[in-house]
Amino acid sequence: MTKSRKYVRLKDAPLLPPPATEAGVTGWLWQNIFASMTDFQSIGACVRSLFMIFFSLLLVYVFVDQTFSLMDFAIFSAVWSDPEGLKREACWTLQQGGALPDGWHGACWPFVWAKQKFAWFGPYPSEELWRVYLSFAIGIFGLIWVLVERMPFRAQVGVLMLTIYPLFAFILLTGGNSGASFTGIGVWIIAGIAVISVGRIGATGYLGAVFSSVSGVFGIVGWGIVALNVFRGVAAVDFNLTPVGTGDWGGLLITLVVALTGIVASLPLGIVLALGRRSKLPVISILCTIFIEFWRGVPLITVLFMASVMLPLFLPAGVNFDNLLRALIGVMLFSAAYMAEVVRGGLQAIDKGQYEGAQAMGLSFWQSMRLIILPQALTHVIPGIVNTFIGLFKDTTLVSIVGIFDLLGAGQSAVADAAWSTPVQAITMYLYIGIIFFIFCFGMSRYSIFMEKKLSKSRRH
Amino acid sequence: MAASTDNKMQVTNEVMILMSQVNKWFGAFHVLRDINLTVNKGERIVICGPSGSGKSTLIRCLNRLEEHQSGDITVQGITLNNDLKNIDEIRREVGMVFQHFNLFPHLTILENCTLAPIWVRRMPKVDAEALAMKYLERVKIPEQAHKYPGQLSGGQQQRVAIARSLCMEPQLMLFDEPTSALDPEMIKEVLDTMVALAEDGMSMICVTHEMGFARKVANRVIFMDEGQIIEEKEPEAFFENPENERTKLFLSQILDH
Ligand SMILES: Nc1ncnc2c1ncn2[C@@H]1O[C@H](COP(=O)(O)OP(=O)(O)OP(=O)(O)O)[C@@H](O)[C@H]1O
Ligand SMILES: [Mg+2]
Repeated sequence: MTKSRKYVRLKDAPLLPPPATEAGVTGWLWQNIFASMTDFQSIGACVRSLFMIFFSLLLVYVFVDQTFSLMDFAIFSAVWSDPEGLKREACWTLQQGGALPDGWHGACWPFVWAKQKFAWFGPYPSEELWRVYLSFAIGIFGLIWVLVERMPFRAQVGVLMLTIYPLFAFILLTGGNSGASFTGIGVWIIAGIAVISVGRIGATGYLGAVFSSVSGVFGIVGWGIVALNVFRGVAAVDFNLTPVGTGDWGGLLITLVVALTGIVASLPLGIVLALGRRSKLPVISILCTIFIEFWRGVPLITVLFMASVMLPLFLPAGVNFDNLLRALIGVMLFSAAYMAEVVRGGLQAIDKGQYEGAQAMGLSFWQSMRLIILPQALTHVIPGIVNTFIGLFKDTTLVSIVGIFDLLGAGQSAVADAAWSTPVQAITMYLYIGIIFFIFCFGMSRYSIFMEKKLSKSRRH
Repeated sequence: MAASTDNKMQVTNEVMILMSQVNKWFGAFHVLRDINLTVNKGERIVICGPSGSGKSTLIRCLNRLEEHQSGDITVQGITLNNDLKNIDEIRREVGMVFQHFNLFPHLTILENCTLAPIWVRRMPKVDAEALAMKYLERVKIPEQAHKYPGQLSGGQQQRVAIARSLCMEPQLMLFDEPTSALDPEMIKEVLDTMVALAEDGMSMICVTHEMGFARKVANRVIFMDEGQIIEEKEPEAFFENPENERTKLFLSQILDH
């Protein structure tokens, strides 16, 4: 026996593999599941462990059972095709007069296939559908180009997608030849250029200090007017396409048009509103605050109702405003208000030193916003931004309230078709619509997580 | 003190900054009271004083991070008023280094340095990068150019901040307690950079409590208290025989450890 308890190691201690409870699959299972249910040291611990075992098994059961029922309904028991063209009889049980066994419960997919065109495009004329396909195809192609990191010229393609593509898609889908007067558009463009010029002169400080600090607003408004009227101008050209009014649009097409316009417009509008609300100039800040609070204060349904029912009452007779356009503007302003608050949250997280650093280097207000503040603020709030996008995407279903048939509205009216009337008709359609919505929303969510990971890598603290 | 005498020879008679009867209030609080200060080209001024005495506010008025309410400030002959053009011009001539570096965390070191030359001076990207590398070499961290600020130590970040300001090739550098957020072993590397800058003849105004630095490079030391300049002397005289009681008290507090 050694006299002293002092012990000094002369050789390096060996590096041992971790015990099974710490690493690998067993470690994960142990730490996440079994650690909580294998403690039988005392009565309390026994009770707790038994509870944990019971609830774990219950959860597993419920999960497996539900998943199986859904799979059974959607896949195993489902009727997939209707080769004889029986329509509703293809999904009837013996009792109901069909060929399926009694008690059968499964999806009636032939019904969805038959209504596919209607669910996707509504009453859009079949012989003109190539126009929708073409604009979808270009849209998907451009979107993938912009989202995939390895593609060259991503920024340029992005700009094209935000400027030329909407115009192109608009003309393809409507047929152009809107009938707007070119003189009127010309006057608007000149007015827009005038507003921009006033802003430019103001920015030099020539019209006084207060004016120079709001000159940016003139720039934004002026460019907005010019862009809008260039758009109107091109849309008024006759491209010799059969006109398809927005009344003939429907289904997923409407959902995507409303959601994408809302998404694309709400971010820039929201940024402008958020900056405005934080402005030192009380007029701008109060106006933006009122705007934001107004739109956040009313439900979207009310906005849509007002836009489609009340607005025409206030407009002078003869002024006719497309129903879809009115809904679009309502959705845009509504989501811009939400977006503004998300962006404002991001702006508030930016340290004052960042503004000062940019100022001291001589960057102008807009330069420091664009290069320093917004890139940081927006990356802070990607989850919030995407959350708003997803909410907006799903809220588009509300437009069916004002007689515009989006995916859900089109699906619902398809369900009313007596030729396919079966007990599972509605469930099948809603399942189908649910899957489509899920794919879009889940896609956005995953992309946002990917972006967050990527951006947080580049600015490790 | 050989370096110090050399430096003094570089001071010219060309006036760089002229502050006369400058007053500033934060709300009702009179933070700068009747400030009069002239700085010639090539001069190096150290400002010290107790916390809250208005040192930061004073130098932040020089590039309009704060607005003064009365009196005149002229930088390089340009009057500082509400005219944005003048403010922009002054900010091009005046570089500033902050206590907390204020680097842009989403940009690499190189991008931090090239940002202002590209966007303010409208320099082509290649030239701006060459310029940035020149100054990064001067602050001795060219090898960090492609890292992000968050991956650098505090001392390295502050040297990047100095390089970033130098990339605008300013006539005057303002330092607001550049070393007081740093660990002791990093203070030296930043001070060495600043001394080297001073030896190259850069005009600077530096708020700092690093008295060794003040002795070594300053032409004048200014002591502020309660928003006023209450003592202004050459460093030797300032440390050996301060006149004002408050200066004496301050020096005894800061030098007795
Ligand atoms: N934005 C502001 N609004 C109101 N008061 C302010 C503001 N900035 C500074 N002050 C006050 O003005 C006084 C001077 O501040 P300043 O930052 O110039 O002091 P300082 O001498 O730099 O102090 P320190 O050594 O702690 O940095 C302080 O009392 C401070 O509380
Ligand atoms: Mg300070």
